[in-house]
Amino acid sequence: MRTDRLHLPVLRWGEPYTSLDVDPVVHFLTGEPIASVSRANGGLIARDMRQAQRARDVLRRIPMDELVARAARAGELYMNATLPMGDLTETPDEFVRAQSASTGLPERMCRANMKKNAFVLAEMRGILTALTRGLAFDVLSRGHGEERGVPVSFQVQSPVVGLVLPSNSPGVHTLWLPIISLQIGLVLKPGPQEPWTPYRMAEAFFQAGIPRAAISVYPGEGDVGAAVLENCGRNLIFGGTATVDRYRGSPKVQAHGPGFSKILLGDDQVDRWEQFLDVMVDSVFSNSGRSCINCSGIWASRHTREIAAALARRLAAVRPLPPDHPDASLAAFTVPGAADAISQAIDADLQAPGATDVTAQYRDGPRIVRQGRADYLLPTVVHCASPDAAIAKKEYMFPFVTVVECPEATMVDAIGPTLVCTAMTCQPELRQRLLDAVQIDRLNLGPVPTTQLNWFQPHEGNLIDFLFRARAFQSAEL
Amino acid sequence: MPASPTGQSDRALGVSVRTAREALDAWVREVVDWHFNPASACPFWLDYAKRAGWDPRSEIASFADLKRFGRFEDDWLRGGPVQRWIPKGLAGKPAFVFETGGTTGIPKTRVALEDFRIDYELFSATLADEYFPRGSNWLMLGPSGPRRLRLSVEHLAQYRGGICFCVDLDPRWVIKLIKKGWTEHLQAYKDHVIDQAVTILQAGHDVRCLFATPKLLEALAIRLESMGTTIRKAGITGIFSGGTEFTPQWNRFAHEELLDGAYMTPTYGNTLMGLAASAPSGPHNNYKITYYAPQPRAVIEVVDFDDPDKLVDYGQTGRVRLTTLTKEFFMPGFVERDEGEREPPCDLYPWDGISGVRPYRGVAATTTVGVY
Repeated sequence: MRTDRLHLPVLRWGEPYTSLDVDPVVHFLTGEPIASVSRANGGLIARDMRQAQRARDVLRRIPMDELVARAARAGELYMNATLPMGDLTETPDEFVRAQSASTGLPERMCRANMKKNAFVLAEMRGILTALTRGLAFDVLSRGHGEERGVPVSFQVQSPVVGLVLPSNSPGVHTLWLPIISLQIGLVLKPGPQEPWTPYRMAEAFFQAGIPRAAISVYPGEGDVGAAVLENCGRNLIFGGTATVDRYRGSPKVQAHGPGFSKILLGDDQVDRWEQFLDVMVDSVFSNSGRSCINCSGIWASRHTREIAAALARRLAAVRPLPPDHPDASLAAFTVPGAADAISQAIDADLQAPGATDVTAQYRDGPRIVRQGRADYLLPTVVHCASPDAAIAKKEYMFPFVTVVECPEATMVDAIGPTLVCTAMTCQPELRQRLLDAVQIDRLNLGPVPTTQLNWFQPHEGNLIDFLFRARAFQSAEL
Repeated sequence: MPASPTGQSDRALGVSVRTAREALDAWVREVVDWHFNPASACPFWLDYAKRAGWDPRSEIASFADLKRFGRFEDDWLRGGPVQRWIPKGLAGKPAFVFETGGTTGIPKTRVALEDFRIDYELFSATLADEYFPRGSNWLMLGPSGPRRLRLSVEHLAQYRGGICFCVDLDPRWVIKLIKKGWTEHLQAYKDHVIDQAVTILQAGHDVRCLFATPKLLEALAIRLESMGTTIRKAGITGIFSGGTEFTPQWNRFAHEELLDGAYMTPTYGNTLMGLAASAPSGPHNNYKITYYAPQPRAVIEVVDFDDPDKLVDYGQTGRVRLTTLTKEFFMPGFVERDEGEREPPCDLYPWDGISGVRPYRGVAATTTVGVY
């Protein structure tokens, strides 16, 4: 594929629309153009959303069972087929290269994320069965039915779901893939550096028999994201803490931000911490630490300096490698100045008493490495003598972790919001406190890496609960 | 100089450009003489000349000489007393004060007597009667309060023989809502403004002409569409709009999907400069919008980002520098918060223009665009 002349149009209910405003997508190392992308404008979305109900109507003409089968077919196409990409076509390998080139994610991680997305599509029946707790599909489709002898009714809250997507990790797309099978349309606003997955996935759905009128793709800037949120009845947005705080409590927006995922070592297990080192390294380092499910905090009441040193030693050898290198494990920062800003923020926090950059003593040079137009941040392990250090609750988009010394008695209250918590403890009382802790979303008891997801379980809220309202329904013969 | 985009011969256009430049230089001499003559000048410029240690009246002979003044600082316009800006030669006439900015802190102010009326009367000459019929009524769907725009549009309507209907709209509150992230309140406020507009349009006032900001025009068109009607069917035949959101793509979108055949002309301006009209745009030029200042009363230059005294080449990108030259207000070399591409003169406007106007990249990230 000649990517230097590739153009990705806006897709307005599946129909290409070439905007007069275009944004370049460039290679993160060379700055060479990879593609140009049409930029939508807010009014265009507001106007198109007047047809949102049509997206649901065309999907409802296809039984959910059939949509699930077509999703599986879309997954195969996404993984293996040459598919249209804008005005050209794209093989799976070309897709991986393009995604790596614009996001800075090594190609092997792009492939790993492809597999995640394809897995969710292939296992759609089981995932929907799990999320609906076994509800018959036709109940959602028809809106009412009977389960275990009780009348039930589920009302969809929006004919389409708006998605303001990120550029950092293509694995997050797994969250929205079930939506089409629920007979709900998609309104996608791609991340500026990662237009590839929304377009390829949309084409895979189209080729698998999903009506074009069910999917829109609106690339653009902040005004486009705002227009999506304004005009769709239900939305998923991905962003930083500020984004999450901004939409907290909004019934129409589910905001996904930093995970602040953690590993906790109970007093009954902490003395054998070395046996959990692999789980800790995997949790911190996989996917180059870019995901909300990567561990950014390891908490224990003792041995924290040894744990931090052991982690630092394991991660000290990591260096940037070319994105197509089979062993590449570190993703680049492609936004100019981002790596510098993060590194400076870390250094500022390290001025506080009790916070120490343990990795500094195990690596030769500075934390930041510059290669071409890209910057890399080397894995960083910080020891915190207490949870009071500001850095103890920080998360960054690279392999970064704090090892925090904290008494077990206060640990659960002190950790704060935690998307994934892996806890090493056999103490029944601590286990129960963890089960009851509302600040923890996903809970793993035992040596499960925070990055190991079970796709048959809800993530940051059950998608079904977000999109459907359980309500009363009665009918009588007329 | 490049060939004229509208077909006039290079030679003829060259003559027009020289003539316009001579007129500008002559006007500069007259305006500088006025603003630095103790008999007619305002306290601000008299004080400036005293401190500067040079006499603008003897040293400024052309527009190019104005660079001697250096950069006009926008802080000079903040705070009182605003009377320091009123020329002695105009003392005693009813004065207005218009504000710009001011969501937080002290806004910039410009004292005006007749300028806003003169600017809009000149602009009126660029409006085709076919689309903006004489004697027809107007709707002003833009900011109210201490804004020059509200009175200016009302005067434009009156000058053309009509009456202007207005809405209540506080743009500072809109920007606060955006900054606070109160999106539901923002939507409710927008709905409130559009409700007022729709009420006026449905009340039998025979409104044919409209001023609207791009966002409000968009919201009005979509509301009318949801009601089964359109801007055109609601009676509007001519619209003038403006702002940095007025991109070629938005221009095209409006023409193809919002206006239903109503005519729209883009404008660029602000309280400090006045109003720059645009050369015709449409499918023939990919909806490109090029603005030309109302010379000699105001001049737009596109200058180097690092050296505001250096013009960029035609077609190149630079920052907007404004100069206002009226008997009421002298503002040499104000570096605006916008950037764009320098455009060559054309038949209609034989002086430099600017296209692609957008927020200056150096401040764009911190600028909140509300209704403008």
